[in-house]
Formats: sequence, C-alpha cells, structure tokens
Amino acid sequence: MSRYILSRLVLAVVMALLATLVIFLLANTVPGDPVLAQLGDLAASNKEFVAEWRAKWGLDLPLWQRYVIFLQQLLHGDLGISISSQRPVLQDIRDFAPATLELASIAFLLSLVVGIPLGIMAAMRRDSWIDHLARLISLIGVSSPTFWLAFIMLALFYGGLQIAPGPGRIDAIALPPTSVTGLYLIDSALGGDWDTFRDAAAHLVLPSIVLAAATLGLITRTTRASMLESMQQDYVRVARAKGIRERRIVIGHILPNALIPVVTLGGLAYANLLTGAVLTETIFSWPGLGRYTFRSAVTLDFPAIMGITLIVAVVYLFINLLIDISYALLDPRVVR
Amino acid sequence: MADTRSRLSSVRTPATTGTAVLDVRDLRTQFFTDAGIVRAVDGVTFSVAAGETLGIVGESGSGKSVTALSLMRLLDEPARIVGGEVRFQGRDVLAMNPDELRALRGDGVAMVFQDPMTSLNPVLRIARQLVETMRAHGRFSDEQATARAISLLGRMGITAPERAINSYPHQFSGGMRQRVMLAMGFSNEPALLIADEPTTALDVTIQAQILDLIVELNRDFGAAIILISHALGVIANVCRRVIVMYAGEVVEEGPTEQVLADPRHPYTWALINAVPRIDRHLPGTRRLTTIEGAPPDPLGIPSGCRFAPRCPFRIAKCDEHPALLDLAPGRKARCWVTQSGEPLPPPMAAQTATAVSTAVPKPSETAIAEPLLKVRGLVKHFPLPRDGLFGPKKVVRAVGGVDLDVIEGETVGVVGESGCGKSTFARLVVRIHEPTAGSIRFAGQEIADASAAVIRPLRRRMQMVFQDPYASLNPRMTVGDILSEPIRFHGLTESARETAERVEELLAAVGLNPKMAIRYPHEFSGGQRQRISIARALALKPEFIIADEPISSLDVNIQAQIINLLIDLQERFRLTYLFIAHDLAVVRHISDRIAVFYLGKVMEIAPAEDLFKASLHPYTRYLISAVPIPDADAERSRARLPLAGEPPSAIDPPSGCCFRTRCPIAKPICAEVTPPLAMLRSDHLAACHFPGQF
Repeated sequence: MSRYILSRLVLAVVMALLATLVIFLLANTVPGDPVLAQLGDLAASNKEFVAEWRAKWGLDLPLWQRYVIFLQQLLHGDLGISISSQRPVLQDIRDFAPATLELASIAFLLSLVVGIPLGIMAAMRRDSWIDHLARLISLIGVSSPTFWLAFIMLALFYGGLQIAPGPGRIDAIALPPTSVTGLYLIDSALGGDWDTFRDAAAHLVLPSIVLAAATLGLITRTTRASMLESMQQDYVRVARAKGIRERRIVIGHILPNALIPVVTLGGLAYANLLTGAVLTETIFSWPGLGRYTFRSAVTLDFPAIMGITLIVAVVYLFINLLIDISYALLDPRVVR
Repeated sequence: MADTRSRLSSVRTPATTGTAVLDVRDLRTQFFTDAGIVRAVDGVTFSVAAGETLGIVGESGSGKSVTALSLMRLLDEPARIVGGEVRFQGRDVLAMNPDELRALRGDGVAMVFQDPMTSLNPVLRIARQLVETMRAHGRFSDEQATARAISLLGRMGITAPERAINSYPHQFSGGMRQRVMLAMGFSNEPALLIADEPTTALDVTIQAQILDLIVELNRDFGAAIILISHALGVIANVCRRVIVMYAGEVVEEGPTEQVLADPRHPYTWALINAVPRIDRHLPGTRRLTTIEGAPPDPLGIPSGCRFAPRCPFRIAKCDEHPALLDLAPGRKARCWVTQSGEPLPPPMAAQTATAVSTAVPKPSETAIAEPLLKVRGLVKHFPLPRDGLFGPKKVVRAVGGVDLDVIEGETVGVVGESGCGKSTFARLVVRIHEPTAGSIRFAGQEIADASAAVIRPLRRRMQMVFQDPYASLNPRMTVGDILSEPIRFHGLTESARETAERVEELLAAVGLNPKMAIRYPHEFSGGQRQRISIARALALKPEFIIADEPISSLDVNIQAQIINLLIDLQERFRLTYLFIAHDLAVVRHISDRIAVFYLGKVMEIAPAEDLFKASLHPYTRYLISAVPIPDADAERSRARLPLAGEPPSAIDPPSGCCFRTRCPIAKPICAEVTPPLAMLRSDHLAACHFPGQF
C-alpha cells in the first residue's frame, strides 16, 4: 500500500514538473506581445524604453534561461510579479483563492449530499416517481448553461421574490470577518460573529446551487447507473441467497462497489469546480480565482496566467492523487 | 451385483414424503417477456429425502436453473412463480412472507452458484462474507462465527485458513473461491444445499476436487444435495438419483445408475449417446449419435410430446402430451414409446445409415513426408504491467518452448487446463500473436518471423475457428457478407455471382440452408453460428484448420453435431486439424494424436488410444482420471487419482520439470534438470525423468 502511494506520489511530482514546462512554453510562445498589452502607445513607440522594460522583466533572455529562472523562483514560492496589479502573483492568488475554495467546496458538498442519495433511491425504485425526478434533475443540471441558470436564479430569488441576497460574498455595507483562513463561514464562526455567518451563508446559496447544478446532475446519473449495474451482479443474488437483510445488501454489498466510479467522477468534478467557476463568479461578483483568471487573461498578464495555470495543474494533480489513494482503499484489486 | 442391490434399496423413493426435506409439486415459473409468456418451468414435481443426493440434468434452456432459483424464490422480474407448491420440511415456501423467506435462505437451504469468480463480492474480505452469513441467522456470535469460518475453510481444503480468511476474493483462484462458496453454503448447517453448475467454470482436475468435496460434505454434514449440471458425468459422480429436464418439464426420473445404463426417455438416451466417453473403445465410425434440431422455441412449445419433433422413436401417439408415468418403483418417464416397459435400443441400431467410409489417411501412412506444420522451440512471453513505477519487469511465460508436428491429413488434439498455453499456441501458429522465439514451419516455409506480406498467401491455407460463436461473428454483417469477405479479399472469384454461389456452397457444406445468407448472426443459435464460423474458415479452401475450443460453449447434442460436421468435412476436403480443447473425451474422440500441455510446455504426445491406455507422464494420468464418466458403475470401479493443489503461476514457473511441484514421484533431479520431450515408444513422446513409473 505505501509503495503504491509512493509511486503515485512520484508520478504526481514528475507530472507537476512537466506541467511547469508546458505552462512556461505556452506562455512564452503564444502570439501576443506583453509590451503592447502593458505599455501605452506612447511608451511602446519609445524603443529605448521598451528595451529597458523588457530587460526589467527578463524578456530579453533566451528561453531556456528564462525557464531555469522560472523554476528557481517557483521553488522559492515566487510566481513572479503580476504585471497589472504589480503585486506578487502568489499573494494575489492567496487573496482570491479562499472565496473560490469556499464556493466550490459548498457546491461540491451540495452535489454529493443531494446527488448520491438521489441516485441510490432512483436505482432502488427504478421507474418510480423518484427515478423520474432524479432523471429530470440530472437532465436540467447537465444541460442548462451556467450563465442562463445564474441569471434565472438571480432574477427569480433576488430580483423577483427577494428572498435571496444579491451578488457578492457579503452585504456591501457589512464588514468581512477577521481573516484567519479567508473562508468567511469559518472565520465568522471562529470569531463568534453569527450575524456575519448568516450573511455569508445566505450569499453562498444561489452561486453554489448554480455552480453545483452540472456536477449534481453528473453525480446523480453516475450513482444511479453504477448502482443499477452493481445490483445485477451475481454476488448480490448470493447475498440474497444467504438470507442477508435487504438493507444490509444495499449498504454492505451494493454501495461499496457502486461508489467506486462515483469517487473518480466526484474527484475530477471537485477539481473542475475549484478551477472553472469563471462564469458563476463573474455573474455573482464573486471575488475568486475565476475572476482573477479572467482579468489576467484580458490584460495578457503572463506571470499571473502562468501562476494560475500552475495552481490549476497542481490542484488537478493533487486531487488525482487523492482519487488514486481512495481507489486503493475502496477497491482491494487496485493494489496487488 | 449384491452391492448394487443394497444400494438400490437405500435409494429413497418420493413415496416416503414423511422424510422429505423438499417437496415440489407442479411448480410453474414463467417469464413475462415482451414477446410473450415463456413457460420456463412447466409443472415440475419431485422431492428430495433428507440427506439424499439428487441431480438435475438438461441442456441450456431446459429450465433446470430456473427450477433451482424458484425453490428459494430468488428470481427477479419478469420471472414469476405462477403455480405449484414448494414445501421445505413441510413449510410452504411460496406462501412465506419476506422475513420468513430471508430466515430460510442460507439457513435451512443454501445455494452455490455456477461462477465462483463473480459470486463473491470483490471489495469485501472473505472473513466478512463468511461471518455475515452466520450472523444473519443469529446462530453464532461474532467470535464464534469467525472461529467457525476458519475451521470451515480448513475443512474445505484451503491451506492456512487463518490467513486466507483475511484475503480478498481476487487473491483466490476459481477453485479456491468455489471452496469458499461451499464453506459459506455449509456455514449454518443447512438441511439442503442446491448447487447450480458448481464446477462448470472450473478445470477438470479442480472439478474433480470440488465434486469429491461435495460428496464428502454430503456424507459428513448429512445435508441433502441438489446438483444441477448439463454434464451427466458430473451427476453420476455425486448423485444417487437424477431427474432429466427438457423444455421446462421433467422427462425422466430414477436412480442415476439405472437411468444412465438404461434410459427410458429418448431425450436422456440422446444425451447419453451424444457424449464421447473416455473409458470406451472408439467405435468403427467416429461419428457420434446425434438428434436433429434444437429444443423447441420457448414461446411456441408443441402441444404434444415436446421432444417428438426431434425424437428418432416417434410414434403416432406422440401428438398427445404424455404424463410422467411410473415404469418401476422410483423410475418414471414422460414417454409413450417406453411406457410398455421396453428399453430403448442401443445407439448404433437407431442411427441412420449415413456411416461414411473412413478414408482418412492415418499418420502412419504419410509419416515419411515433411509435416505440414513443424513447430520447434516455440516461446511466447507476455509482458506484465510493472507493479508501480519501480517494480521489476515481469512476463507471463504463456508458451515455454513447444515442439510439435502436424502431419497432413491428421488431427492433432491439444489438451490442458486453462492457463496451460494451448490457446496462445494456436494463435501463435496462425501468427495472431508474434512469437518471442522459436520456429514455425508451415508447408515448408518458415513463418515465425516472416513479414505480413509473406504470411498473407499462407493465411489462405490455414484458417482458424474460434471458441465463442457469439463474439467471433460481426453482428452488423449478414452471413453472406461474413462468408464472402475473405473470398473477395483474396480475389478467389471472378464475379459477384460466382462469390454468391460459393457462399451458398459453403452454407450447404456446413449443413445450413443456403438461403440463410441474407440473415444476420443474431438470428442463429449457438450451434448454427459455430457452423457459420466453420464455413468462414472453409471459405478460402484451406488445408489446415486450427480450432480453438470450437465446441466448449455448446450443449452436448450440438457438440456432437459439430464434431460430426468436422469429421465429415475432414473426409470431404482432406483437411488437417489442430484441435484445441479442454474436454479430454472429445479430444480423444476426434484426434489421431494428442499433445498434453501443462504450464506452457508439452508433457506428452501420443496417438489417442495409446495416450489413454498407457500414458507415460504422471500429469496425463491425473488429467484422465479427473474426467467424470457418465456411468455410475464405471465411476465407482475406477480409482480416482486426486491431484492436489493448483497449477503454479506462469510468471514464475518451477525450475526443472514444471509439474514437479504437484508430482507424486518427483525426485531431486526433477528440480534441477528439465526433462526433454523424448521418444519413448513408437510415436509416443513424454517429458518426464521417470516415465511410466507412476
């Protein structure tokens, strides 16, 4: 087991290194000159100034040298200075990440807590009303576009019914809780500030539902299909022939097998939520990584783009590692 | 004879219902399908006395498995039990509520299923699966149940049960898993164990071990046993009494030895005679006795005797549906013909006069010529994925140096248990697989390392028939397309019309209606599909056909039909066969010479008769001894050699002789020196340091 984990870990490190290379090459070979994007017309026409500017940012060095510097800096936790914010990229990311982490985690929990039981019940009572409901929910979840769903939700619950708060993490006039983790729910709970906790929680409702919709649909559908497949297996009939209670058969025999594919899907979906909330964050004015990504992209802020891409790669690799390990725990056939 | 009589009197007849542990009356189970109602079990009546062993035999679709599942009400929709009575120890099983039923299952009645590979939950430890069976019925505490599970595993012949119990199912072989299933079955000391084809998925030596175990368990635990099987030999091994099922009905019932020696239903008669036997001399003709046709369409069962359309003894009265009538105490048959008490004639007399002259050139006549196929030192290693990033490189030594000649016109059988490399060998010969080392000469030409361009013209001359007639025919092509594709590819015909004629010819040659060329494979039965596979192999007019387990997925009567077809085709087209199978009786029947494979190596090669009469290698003797014979007397009179254990892994085979780890006469030299395959008698080769000494 430990050897299995070790080999997965080494593989993840190798992949991370490869990711840095790809990221570096992509950022340095895409068309689009940061000079033109960053400097005004007047400054860009001044050759001396441009050369000086290039030298300042190291853009005049050969490619491999820049890669070595890039790696060295990475090892020191230095992702460079954002061209547009003029602050260290790592610090920018540290500021923007908690909002995304909070939103994505709530959305992920929501899709698990609703999706898995719904999928299980749908499979157990096949073709009943609950099965039809589950299929409807997953169909809507998977097929409605995020921006559309977000606008509908905002228009209905905020604009129309006025039972949900508007965009943002917290009321515009309220003060954010004292930052410990950057996660408002945890920070406010730690500080005993329950008004802020309620406010932050209320603000999470709509964006997390919107963000969860597609994942919820996928998880419901996968759980249902995987349950149905497991229920057909010979060992279920054997368990029945042994006189095991039906509840025990579902919990003890069918579920452990049925959840194996759900773990893979769930893990990848979480990584996707963490890194792909651009639309939802933009619509809900959520100060998260998605918006930072968007802003960096339109200004061709290469250090920021590279930093974000690297973070995304690391998140995926880390979650993949977790999937591999939980796979080994769930399915004894994985580790020989 | 005195022995036989005393045994006969000990057979309990259904009349003694007072001691019956199970009493089934007029059981009817139907499948409510979209196409209509399938009467899978149609009025089945039998009973099982306490401690008795009852066999249920029949081909696929006869309703035997559905009967077994109905007894415990384990069937899912669309199957429903629509009538009859199942009484277990006097209690009405069909009237039980879910809780009563649950209390009965696994406690009073236990069941062992066909496929041990899928019967155990892959993510749960053996311990948990055994303990939960006992805990579910509240007989034992957790500690008691664990202790009992360990002792049961030991009783089932699993070594180091304390350690084994903490394993997961995938760490066990099929045979070991079936032992675990048996331990599970006996864990609550049931009064009745139902075993549905428990050895069908296992190799013959492992099958012998499991059958022996079932007999012992019946004796020691006193549980009655219902053994369901398609193989009469298996039933003869275990069961005192047998019922034969056909098209959802019981057609014959009686003490096993009497039914096998003197069948009173033509279907039983056909079942017995369709199977070649390893203990009988080959008859003059190699054709097996077969019956025509296939079982009736379950949606359109004939109103009269259900077997009548295929019955060679049919009389006018057979239009009327016969009842299961008493013939003698304990013997019943559902047949108008035998009702008078007359036995059925022996097979030869009834066989239609189609005995073809056996003009097959025997190997001795042509032995001087260069063999059509000459294999020397053939090796195939399959690389394994590394165990993690730093794991050592490993290979499966599937074929580990095989020498084999096949002479024109002969049939060479290759036998061995699963994993012995026989299928890999076949695929190497036709170069589906790339050999790792060695030489393959076909018709004088080296093909082991020849390029695809060199092999292509030779492919015409050697063709392969695969095991699975369902997977080996493209479901989206018509039979005509399937057969004409190779003809067109090799440009054998001038025009489309000529191709079509050739397709019709091929279909006729394999006994199918030429008009069927426009149909798709799914419209055919398994036996017909295998005929199509054979027709495809014949399409290029080859000289050499490699058949890899061509009959093992078929029912016995269909098997016999295909064997007869292969024999006929050989005579007609002067074919040479390499016939790969695990069924020794079939291989013996069809082959001139037989090669015995073990762990990728040839243990022995000899003429068929010679091999069975005077085998020189200990493994061959074990293998022959493990084959169950469908004759209760023969089963008892011969000494069964129990081959313990299972073949070692082909990843890390033993040094020297690869059989030495299981060989009773192994000496130190066997571990050091690999015995060469040496000619010990005329045409009889064996790879053993001590040939014939076992």
